Amino acid sequence: MSDQNNNKAEWPLWEVFIRSKAGLDHKHVGSLHAADAEMAIENARDVYTRRMEGVSIWVIESKYIHASDPDNAASLYEPANDKIYRHPTFYDLPDELKHM
Amino acid sequence: MLDHLFYTLQLADNALILGHRLGEWCGHGPVLEQDIALTNISLDHIGQARSLYQHAAHLTNEIPQEQRAKIFQSVTLNNKINSGELLQEDDLPYLRDAWDFRNALLTEQPNGDWAYTVARSFFYDVFYFLYYTKLKDSKDAQLAAIAEKSLKEVAYHQRWSSEWMIRLGDGTEESKTRIQNAVNDYWQYSGELFVMSDAENAMLKKGIGVDAAALKPEWDAKVEAIFKEATLSIPEEKWMQKGGKQCRHSEHLGFILAELQYMQRAYPGMEW
Repeated sequence: MSDQNNNKAEWPLWEVFIRSKAGLDHKHVGSLHAADAEMAIENARDVYTRRMEGVSIWVIESKYIHASDPDNAASLYEPANDKIYRHPTFYDLPDELKHM
Repeated sequence: MLDHLFYTLQLADNALILGHRLGEWCGHGPVLEQDIALTNISLDHIGQARSLYQHAAHLTNEIPQEQRAKIFQSVTLNNKINSGELLQEDDLPYLRDAWDFRNALLTEQPNGDWAYTVARSFFYDVFYFLYYTKLKDSKDAQLAAIAEKSLKEVAYHQRWSSEWMIRLGDGTEESKTRIQNAVNDYWQYSGELFVMSDAENAMLKKGIGVDAAALKPEWDAKVEAIFKEATLSIPEEKWMQKGGKQCRHSEHLGFILAELQYMQRAYPGMEW
């Protein structure tokens, strides 16, 4: 992959989020290149909704996404491993209650 | 009846030939995203062509056998008609020769560079958006339904090509030069869209067809507005090419059909 900084002619990268139907969350589906937000939405429409995958599109330029550092994974996520009491599995749920 | 058939074929041939041209970009687009965009649009056109050819095949089959054998000057197609077989949608695109095609010359012009492809589509899309808006009120329920379905696709095509006109025109010096050259070269093919053929006049009288000539002021206004935003100049050339609707084509159409029809001509009736 070419580094964007080394190739100014290349369009910036955008992350694409699609809502598959009304009421559901937008989900990350992938990324694409586009010159601006409008083109990014159109490209997303053509690349990611050709098979009726969505009813709404969000795009955001990838450079605005801030990610956690994988090197910190141990301190960030492992402490949760031994705290099983945070899961709701200790509660007795009535049978009538669905989708929990 | 013949006018009705020719009218439908004119619409079908436009959609097929432009769809084929855009399809030639498949795998050759400047970026992956636009490659997909263009092939999507190409498939929209070919989908429209299919519906129109189904209708045209039906219209052909309604014509009495002895007259049906005299409609076309294409040997292979006539052999099929003379055998007594009814025509299917595929027979019309695959077995007709260039001199039986009625598409406007604009649609068969070469892809050239990206700018030429955009300019050609832009002229066509602006026209067909206006055209299908009227055709959806056609007294031919089949054509009206095809127009209504196609209109949503064409609205998107028009948006796509308009945006590219602006992007290239109002872009770099290089992109502006290229799109202005493309506009200057293909401008002469835009006028034919508005010149009514005999079939169009006959269908207009019956409430089936659209008054294409009457769409010119709206087309001009839209083109002017986009050109202004794109900082492009409208060519001063007023002389316009025509003949496609009367089956007189540029040399390009023969090459398109050679590629398009090769398999069916070499292996008649082949399916896959």
